[in-house]
Amino acid sequence: MAIVAQQSKLSQIIWPVLAWIVALLFFFPIFWMILTSFKTDADAVKPEFLFRFTPTLENYTNMTDNYDYWRFATNSIITSVSATLFTLFVAVPCAYAMAFNPSRGTKDILMWMLSTKMLPAAAVLYPMIFLTKSLGVYDTKFLIVMVLSLINLPIAIWMLFTYFKDIPKDIIEAGQMDGLTTWGEVKEILVPLAWGGIASTALLIFIFCWNEAYWTVRLTTTEAATLSKLIEGNRAPEGLFFGRLSAVSTAAVGPIIVLGWFSQKQLVQGLTFGAVK
Amino acid sequence: MGRIQLKGVQKKFGDVEVIPPLDLTIEDGEFAVFVGPSGCGKSTLLRLIAGLEETTSGTVEINGEDVTMASPSSRGLAMVFQSYALYPHMTVRKNIAFPLRMEKMDPAEIEKRVAVAAKSLNLTDYLDRKPGQLSGGQRQRVAIGRAIVREPSAFLFDEPLSNLDAALRVGMRLEISELHKRLQNTMIYVTHDQVEAMTMADKIVVLQAGVIEQVGSPLELYNAPRNKFVGGFIGSPKMNQIEGEAATKRGCTTLGMRPEHINMSPDSGEFKGTIGVAEQLGSDTFFHVHIEGQEETVTVRQEGQVNYKYGDTIYLTPVEDRVHKFGPDGLRIA
Repeated sequence: MAIVAQQSKLSQIIWPVLAWIVALLFFFPIFWMILTSFKTDADAVKPEFLFRFTPTLENYTNMTDNYDYWRFATNSIITSVSATLFTLFVAVPCAYAMAFNPSRGTKDILMWMLSTKMLPAAAVLYPMIFLTKSLGVYDTKFLIVMVLSLINLPIAIWMLFTYFKDIPKDIIEAGQMDGLTTWGEVKEILVPLAWGGIASTALLIFIFCWNEAYWTVRLTTTEAATLSKLIEGNRAPEGLFFGRLSAVSTAAVGPIIVLGWFSQKQLVQGLTFGAVK
Repeated sequence: MGRIQLKGVQKKFGDVEVIPPLDLTIEDGEFAVFVGPSGCGKSTLLRLIAGLEETTSGTVEINGEDVTMASPSSRGLAMVFQSYALYPHMTVRKNIAFPLRMEKMDPAEIEKRVAVAAKSLNLTDYLDRKPGQLSGGQRQRVAIGRAIVREPSAFLFDEPLSNLDAALRVGMRLEISELHKRLQNTMIYVTHDQVEAMTMADKIVVLQAGVIEQVGSPLELYNAPRNKFVGGFIGSPKMNQIEGEAATKRGCTTLGMRPEHINMSPDSGEFKGTIGVAEQLGSDTFFHVHIEGQEETVTVRQEGQVNYKYGDTIYLTPVEDRVHKFGPDGLRIA
């Protein structure tokens, strides 16, 4: 008994300590980035000055005055919000159909959609650039919204599908008996019942859109450039200006970290795909 | 009005034929019960009538009108599901009012109808609660309330009592029978429980593997089962069916004897056997008797509290004018 009690006491200490170590390891680069953003470029490259430096807002003022931060931020907000809404607009009916009216091919379609995530993006980079340029949509917000929506659709449909599967089919059928149209079923039953799932899907998709860099960097120049492009653009040819880069990065990831912090619960639920309920 | 007619209705899921073409008529105001073992297609048949499942061929008519291709809601039927299928995010009031709201009925009229339904089902005090805060029996009543406010031409019940405990089941059974007497509506009720079928039905439809084995009133089925399957399925405890000499000497292949139609004597009788398990119910005693040459035990019902001990030798004699004779094809011999 005593040994068991001792062991459980030990594990009560060890696990939290380990968890904290891991959490701090993950957080350290972000912490370093935030710290560096308040240093001058000269201070930033001196490791012995990790904590000994004179804080400055120079990088931030520089960023807003000279690099048009707000334009990039606005583009990020517009494209991420639009792409999230569009993704849900397509994914909700799609997942609804698959969950409540599955056909023989439903499982294969789901797997196929997931398999598109395994395609290396670089493989289609050049066709995409040629295609979008010749269609005249290169560097437009429309293109970015479409690209962000399409790359996130599979994951959104998968997530919503698993949430919808949890809703008893009887309830949908009761709705049909009571006179609901298909749209009515979605509005009156599906959305209210799967609200938590839809919200966490939306949140996750928004975060993915905001953080997306591969396509947003390569398919934009100025018009539709998002914060990812701003960060990338700060790789000056004469070398890396760490202070400046850190400020831009902090300003880019800041909003999403705050959003993530306040919606941790939803996110965890979303990432476990409705498995813990 | 609610006369429901199925003409050559067939259902296939892929290549699997769940219901071979069948004809069936349920008269206006009738309480029809579909009964059969699990997987016999009784729920599928109900769903075909409801319109929740599409027929592969054949037609469904309600009051003479072909509704085979009509949507579930336009058929004028109301359904009570096994799981109740209440809308968990709505209060009892909203649940009951829901079908009326879908019909875009005047709110004052909705309020009135909900109040009447709630009163008749003893739900008035629970109108502002959500389904999650109700007991199983109350949820069942809400589901019935949601069905009756629509004033449908027929009610469809899909095993509505199987999620309730035994005591509640008996109570709800009575309530549904009472409801039928009061409303005089057509009701179709699906169950695997032959006691429910016997006690509630005007007409029982016995199904096996999608095929209608027999249609008739409870007592018709009890007194004159068309075949071995119906004989064994209707009646509790189930009919004893024995083969061999006792059957051949009566000119049949299988001899059916209901437990309540067998006399038991310690001295003499047609079959000699030994007492196995005895089930004492107080009002009755059921003995499971081992008979020489028979694999299955024979169940015998004795009124009151009869004391035979395990292993006692006993003689059984069937009541001759109550035996059922079945031929080699399993069909009843008149």
